[in-house]
Amino acid sequence: MLEALQFEFMRNALFAGILASITCGVIGTFIVVNRMVFISGGIAHAAYGGVGLAFFFGLSPTLGILGFSLLVSVFMAAISFKAKHRADTIIGVLWAVGMALGILLLDVTPGYNVDLMSYLFGSILTVPTSDLWLMLVLNCLIVLTISYLYHDLAALSYDEEFARARGVPVKVIYFLLMAMIALSVVMIIQVVGLILIIALLTISPYIAEKFSRSLIEMMFYSVLLNFLFMLVGLWVSYSFNLTSGASIIMVGAVFFFISLILERLRPKRGIY
Amino acid sequence: MIDSTIIEVRDLWFSFNGQPVLKGVNLSIHPRDFLAIIGPNGGGKTTLLKLMLGLLEPGQGSIKILGQYPKEVAPRIGYVPQEIGVNKSFPISVLHVVLMGRMRGGGGWWRFSKADRTAAQKALERMEMWKYRKHRMEELSGGQRQRVFVARALVAEPEILFLDEPTASVDTKGQADLYIFLKELNETVTIVVVSHDLSVVSSYVKSVACVNQQLIFHDAPEITGEMLEMAYHCPVDLIAHGLPHRVLRTHEDQ
Repeated sequence: MLEALQFEFMRNALFAGILASITCGVIGTFIVVNRMVFISGGIAHAAYGGVGLAFFFGLSPTLGILGFSLLVSVFMAAISFKAKHRADTIIGVLWAVGMALGILLLDVTPGYNVDLMSYLFGSILTVPTSDLWLMLVLNCLIVLTISYLYHDLAALSYDEEFARARGVPVKVIYFLLMAMIALSVVMIIQVVGLILIIALLTISPYIAEKFSRSLIEMMFYSVLLNFLFMLVGLWVSYSFNLTSGASIIMVGAVFFFISLILERLRPKRGIY
Repeated sequence: MIDSTIIEVRDLWFSFNGQPVLKGVNLSIHPRDFLAIIGPNGGGKTTLLKLMLGLLEPGQGSIKILGQYPKEVAPRIGYVPQEIGVNKSFPISVLHVVLMGRMRGGGGWWRFSKADRTAAQKALERMEMWKYRKHRMEELSGGQRQRVFVARALVAEPEILFLDEPTASVDTKGQADLYIFLKELNETVTIVVVSHDLSVVSSYVKSVACVNQQLIFHDAPEITGEMLEMAYHCPVDLIAHGLPHRVLRTHEDQ
């Protein structure tokens, strides 16, 4: 593994992995505690429409994904905030429409020859340095916003009614959280691709939730776990010549199932 | 004695999705009252409570709490919401839940102060939950969690305390303990409790309001025939408890 680091693409992959680990750990924590996994999946897949738009109009794909997934996230926030129970159908539709739009736009784009697979399954080994800078900026933006709104987000996630009564601007914060999910989607598509994003956003927070006593702890352990999945996944991918994104997810999955088994074996905690 | 009104609801109308929920509700509550709001499910009890908390806006009419609009006095009001809205598996310690009662919304890089922590300790000690401060909420029993939620409401030292179905997930002993505590607290704090359980009416409260779209107020801890007439879903819990106190007023003609 160490000798692999003399290659620039491997160093870039590692940096991209670290940055994605931080985002996924922090945002994934809110996705898991607020049960927003489906909605995040919707944003991630609809983002493919952004890829299509970018190629059709000859823009940068990252910019296309960024714009389109932000748009979709605002739309989904508006729907799910109003009618929480009817939202899943509409999210499912947007999920499919976004992907279909992307595919059709790529069909009609003349001379299209981009590797479609890299958006679906990620291409962490080909992340250019310019994208790393964008990831770094997005990461700082997300971490700063989350830390600024930490108490509001915690209160909203724990007890929305009470948060409202304490003057938390619930609606604004919900929309901001959705926008941040969109931003993280843009980052993580590079690393594992949009099909596998959900795993990275949910596996580590799910494991971390079991032994955390606060959201901060949960985020911290999630970031560490993600980082571990990235390192081991990259090593597996490099050593056995396997697809990197899928290797990272598989490592996460192994930890996920181990945690499930350990939970079964451990006696229930309780004080009464 | 007009000045001594702490909550003043005047000709309040509210509808939800075109369905009327409250019709012309009037209510005056005096300092150190202990009011039970009873009524059938879907009759508008919780809606009325949320309107008084400023969580909903009245369609018509006005609500004044401590002489101001509900939203303006939010820091002086304590609130114990129904537990259904709480995210049960959320990783949070007992102490942090109580500290939440000292938070102010709107963001900012701030931490809870020493004063916040002292107040949280006092509130937890008062509810006899200080020794559980480091436990995760999901490790507690329903009754213990309810005590923590009351501590969270008390930590801001409110002048009025609103409770929405506070005993829904609490066993019988826990219910009695809670109301004994509330009765003691009532010496300094005005309390409004929404409950479908009428047994509380007789033993602990000072006045009763029965809500079923309209509101009937009675300045004594008993349920009137008028209330029953308006909403005869009310006395569901009447018989089972066998309390020595008479909840129903005797009929005039007997």
